[in-house]
Amino acid sequence: MTLVAAESIHKVYRVGEIDISALKGVSFTIEPAAFVCFVGPSGSGKTTLLNLIGCLDKPSGGKLTVAGVDVATLTRAEGAAFRGEHIGFIFQDFNLIPVLTVYENIEYPLLMVQDIPAKERAVRVLSLLQAVGMMEQKDKYPDQISGGQKQRVAVARALVTNPKLVLADEPTANLDHETAYQVIGLLKKMRNDLKTTFIFSTHDQKIVGEAEIIYTLEDGKLLGRQVKGGDQQ
Amino acid sequence: MSNLFKIALRNLLRYKRRTVLTASLITIGVVFVLVFVSVTGSFKKMMVAQNTDSMLGQLQIHRKGYVASIDNLPLNLNLKPEAMARLEKLLKAQPEIEAYAPRVKFGAMFSTFVETTNIRLNGIYPEKEAAVVPLLRGRIIEGKKILERGDILIPELLAKGMKVKLGDTVVIVATNKDGSVNGKQFTVAGIVESITGPGGRDGYVHYDDALEVLRTEGTEVSEVAIRLKDFGQLHPFVAKLDTILAKELNKQGKPIFELHSWEKLSPFYNIARIIEVMTFFMKLMLIAIVLVSIMNVMIMAVYERIREIGTIAAIGTPPRRILSMFLLEGLCLGIGGAILGNIIGTVIVVILDMMKITYDFGRQTGLVLHAEVNPVDIVVLSIIVIIISVIASLQPAFKASRMEPIKALKHV
Repeated sequence: MTLVAAESIHKVYRVGEIDISALKGVSFTIEPAAFVCFVGPSGSGKTTLLNLIGCLDKPSGGKLTVAGVDVATLTRAEGAAFRGEHIGFIFQDFNLIPVLTVYENIEYPLLMVQDIPAKERAVRVLSLLQAVGMMEQKDKYPDQISGGQKQRVAVARALVTNPKLVLADEPTANLDHETAYQVIGLLKKMRNDLKTTFIFSTHDQKIVGEAEIIYTLEDGKLLGRQVKGGDQQ
Repeated sequence: MSNLFKIALRNLLRYKRRTVLTASLITIGVVFVLVFVSVTGSFKKMMVAQNTDSMLGQLQIHRKGYVASIDNLPLNLNLKPEAMARLEKLLKAQPEIEAYAPRVKFGAMFSTFVETTNIRLNGIYPEKEAAVVPLLRGRIIEGKKILERGDILIPELLAKGMKVKLGDTVVIVATNKDGSVNGKQFTVAGIVESITGPGGRDGYVHYDDALEVLRTEGTEVSEVAIRLKDFGQLHPFVAKLDTILAKELNKQGKPIFELHSWEKLSPFYNIARIIEVMTFFMKLMLIAIVLVSIMNVMIMAVYERIREIGTIAAIGTPPRRILSMFLLEGLCLGIGGAILGNIIGTVIVVILDMMKITYDFGRQTGLVLHAEVNPVDIVVLSIIVIIISVIASLQPAFKASRMEPIKALKHV
């Protein structure tokens, strides 16, 4: 079953008196457990597309379904519940909660979004801390760890709810190359272990090479789809 | 909920200086109000006690129409024996009543054989009077504490003005309701401290002597003063007794009795009301302090954490939980300020009480301030602060919960 299906989606923003088309009839499908990258220059529509897939925004036209649900039909509360259940987010700036420790940041979605019992929370958080290699830093606060470590925590937080889909908007933009490769490697490993679908955006060509399916965007249009070791369309 | 509290507390500690400043403002507000309420409350209590326990009694029953003419002390509006018997039967059936004391009041001429002046006299049963107004004996600054037949207690001002000493013989001359004049000699047995308020310059004689002066046969009573077992039950009891007395009708089908609590009889009730109004305005000021300071700090908190709000909203935190998170921050600030304020305020009140500060009230000098904290005031102040803290946090919290995650995440 297709996880994400976009049919000719448009997104228009109104800035003052001017309408700006961020997406112009984009269509694609993404299958479960895929490792997908949207690539393109700044302003090409990558973030807009990820926001739509993440149910943070609604398309102005076309149809976008995620896990079988038409995102345009979701109310505000339904959207929050849907994201909490099906989607994990990794942000460019990590966006960890500064007053919570590494452990608590990872635990947060289980506690505040899914209301998971304490025992199960502990099992899930500890296993992810182990998986992302942050066990020793679990009691540190975000300002006590490095950028790469913060992103590892963000990855664990995105995965702790067992989402069908993880969206990462420029997850390596604030990291040096070595750390960026490590984070992408971690995402890939987690995809292999958990069979979670990963969709990330980047304009870093070296990182793009790590993706299995690459969509190229420019001026709000999808220019092509490239499958690693496969055809280019 | 405990996790939300934990996050709220940590967020407050994130900006320690601001949190301490805001909590201090609330604390100072609570301290001021608590000290004010305690000190004025103690003053009010003293004033009420002086009125009710020295002279008036907590409530009084008269014949209908007496109070309207009370300045004239009208003898023709005294309660007759039959009415008094009915009233006593009713009063004895009320378990709330601790004691009651019949009085006959009249105006008279007070003569020392050298000088003459006028005086208001109360004919009392000493034991019954002592049970209803227990501070009366304490007001006898010189002489016998127990009034006997043939004795008269005179107010201090009169004693000084007329140069009357203990043991002197004086004559009381009074006109009875039929218009005839009668006189009787009394021995000055005691001098009563003058106090501020109605009755503060009254003299006292034995009830039977009073009837003798007035040449009255049988029982005649101007008023019946009542003391309750629990003063806190005054108003419910007044309502209850009023209903009972309203059923007591004369031959014309009109009510025989009228009932008044001390508030209706003493002008000092207005001072008590002024104290209550001032307390109310102090509480309003506290509300304003809490409202403005918490609203300010919560608006700042939301503004500074827009991206954070965007993050937690994006990962699926329900809006109501975001709302709760910010409400709890305001609530914690309010609780902290209220607890600190109540503790510091209580300590200040205890210190004030230990200092034995004296003050003057009307003719009374050297009254000692017995400041005490009423637990009800602590509870009321705490509830006010906590409720206002939540109300002040509502708008910022609501704004946070309604924030669009996509816009919040873009906020710089």
